Amino acid sequence: MDLRSYIVARVLLMIPMILLLLSIVFLIVRVVPGDPVLLHFEKKASEEAMAEMREELGLDQPLYIQYIQYLAGLLRGDLGKSMAPGRDSISQQIFSAFPATLELAIYSMLIAVGIGIFLGVRASRSYNSIQDYIIRVFGTVVYAIPVFFLGMILLLIFSINLHWFPAGGRIKPLMEPNGLTFYFSTPPGGFLQVFTWSFLAGLICWVICLFVIKRKKIKFWSKGLLLSLLALSAGWIIYAFSAWYLMSCEVIHITGLYTIDSLLEGNIAKFVEAVRYLVLPSLTLGLMLSGVFIRLTRSNMLETLHLDFVTAARARGLKESSVVYNYALRNAFLPILTMMGLQFAMLLGGAILTETTFSWPGLGRYLVDRINFRDYTAIQGAVIFFGILVAIVNLIVDILYAYLDPRIRF
Amino acid sequence: MTIIGLVIVSSIIILTLIGPWVSPYDPTAINVAPPPNPSPPSADFPLGTNLLGQDMLSRLLCGGSVMLHVALLSVLFCFIIGVPIGLFASYAGGMLDKVSTIVMDSFYAFPGLVLAIAIAAMMGRGVVNMALSIAVVYVPSYFRIVRSQVLTIKELSYTEAARASGARGRTVLLRYILPNVVPSIVVVATVNFADAILTAAGLTFVGLGVGIDIPDWGWDLTQGRVLLPSGAWWVITFPGIMIVLLALGFTLIGEGLSELLTPRLEQ
Repeated sequence: MDLRSYIVARVLLMIPMILLLLSIVFLIVRVVPGDPVLLHFEKKASEEAMAEMREELGLDQPLYIQYIQYLAGLLRGDLGKSMAPGRDSISQQIFSAFPATLELAIYSMLIAVGIGIFLGVRASRSYNSIQDYIIRVFGTVVYAIPVFFLGMILLLIFSINLHWFPAGGRIKPLMEPNGLTFYFSTPPGGFLQVFTWSFLAGLICWVICLFVIKRKKIKFWSKGLLLSLLALSAGWIIYAFSAWYLMSCEVIHITGLYTIDSLLEGNIAKFVEAVRYLVLPSLTLGLMLSGVFIRLTRSNMLETLHLDFVTAARARGLKESSVVYNYALRNAFLPILTMMGLQFAMLLGGAILTETTFSWPGLGRYLVDRINFRDYTAIQGAVIFFGILVAIVNLIVDILYAYLDPRIRF
Repeated sequence: MTIIGLVIVSSIIILTLIGPWVSPYDPTAINVAPPPNPSPPSADFPLGTNLLGQDMLSRLLCGGSVMLHVALLSVLFCFIIGVPIGLFASYAGGMLDKVSTIVMDSFYAFPGLVLAIAIAAMMGRGVVNMALSIAVVYVPSYFRIVRSQVLTIKELSYTEAARASGARGRTVLLRYILPNVVPSIVVVATVNFADAILTAAGLTFVGLGVGIDIPDWGWDLTQGRVLLPSGAWWVITFPGIMIVLLALGFTLIGEGLSELLTPRLEQ
């Protein structure tokens, strides 16, 4: 099987899985509880008010029609209306909350992988020593700590006692983005603007990658890097486009990631502020995930360090750090990549708790907030979004993996 | 490692069992402590009090039962649902196997906590509901391990021999295959205990716990978040450490067991 047919097969396989996922969520939220409206009001509203809400949300239809409407809405990117009095569009709310979660997720993953590789390599180099033992215990303990407990401890120490970092939120209220934003007063121009930006970004990434390939003559890393950067920019294009589409002509930020937006704006003060708010939440989430990466790196390195090519590199008189990081560690890259994909679901679960701990205005807090309001249509929307997100990330990782390791395809 | 884990877990279980008898105050009675509340650890209240004036030591001693119940029940549910489906589907093969694999895979791919939150939010409060919503998340891991084991064992010559000597499918499955699957299920279940405890704590933290009138470490932690700005470290620290210890204990047991059962790691 060549790469193209693998991708096609993988995408086709995803369709029944997503359909199943949607049906499961529909079953849980709409069918099992009987009547979500009754649950929402806890039987404390008049019959008219409940009938009105059912009609507005389309919950008065027979179940199979509701199911069809629900699937049809999803195809248009429409997750329905919230049960809150404003009846806001759930898709819109999710898309405005998503960048916050994405930003937290990206930095947490970087921290987790960074800590994981660093400590994992150290542990494997000092196999069965005190250092190895301490690092292994650290990895196990970090996994057993509820992520919100860790968050609260960090909050208590570094924010409330030492005042180094803010106690919660995403940025100072006055610094909410208002600088370089796109205004879509006329949709065609607005769309073009976003598209041009995203395209340029993708192009720049690509050119840089080509340059690196030429100069360094390293196939493996550059290929992976190239593909992931392309995937990133493609994802960005899709995001910008759908955000534009769903928010239909409203203000959006360039990326919605404050650390990147502030740099694009050239506003260093805002960047520093954004980072200060980001440190504790991403450290919390990153630490929780790092345990898995420590263990993975350690076991992979232990296997690799005994292989002949590592001995050969040593024999040629290369520096030990070069042998470890340039030769041995490169073999651990594939499992780490796979693990990053597998841990994405775990990351999102952790993000819900971390966001609640730090009042981080992302998707997780949105979900928790909606739970407290008994807003079942919004809960359904958020859960579906999480599910599809994970499915897409897994798809991308699988394809990347197949690209990097041809054995998978056969 | 297994020994340390066993010691931790069994001492917490014992603590929880004798808790109601040795705790100095009623863990759910409010205002047992004179204001101001929350007050830091003192001679009368060794672990301090919370906002409602409840004694934290009493709550610590009695609070483990919810976590342990939820974890035990959810593992039990997983066992009852996951193992039979895995056994029969993978032994029968064909369409049944394919369909159940796809269903389980889509559950598996779902972010666990999100699914548990959705189910718990729909089903309402209570230990059994919590355990059920956690069980749904972890059933696929049981199914997977059972399936992979059955597929291997099915081809081994001793099952072949059993079949050749005229044993019925049910006998082969229950007498010859099941006993060899059990060790790996036990490992999954122990690791699962830790995950179930952490998920239960997470559910409580987002407001889907068992409720105010039952002492619960998860609930104490959740309440402690509101008190953080006042610097009340004692409200979160002690219940938090208990949860960590419990989860750690089960993780250690699980790791020790899996090392015992798969000697490959020793080399």
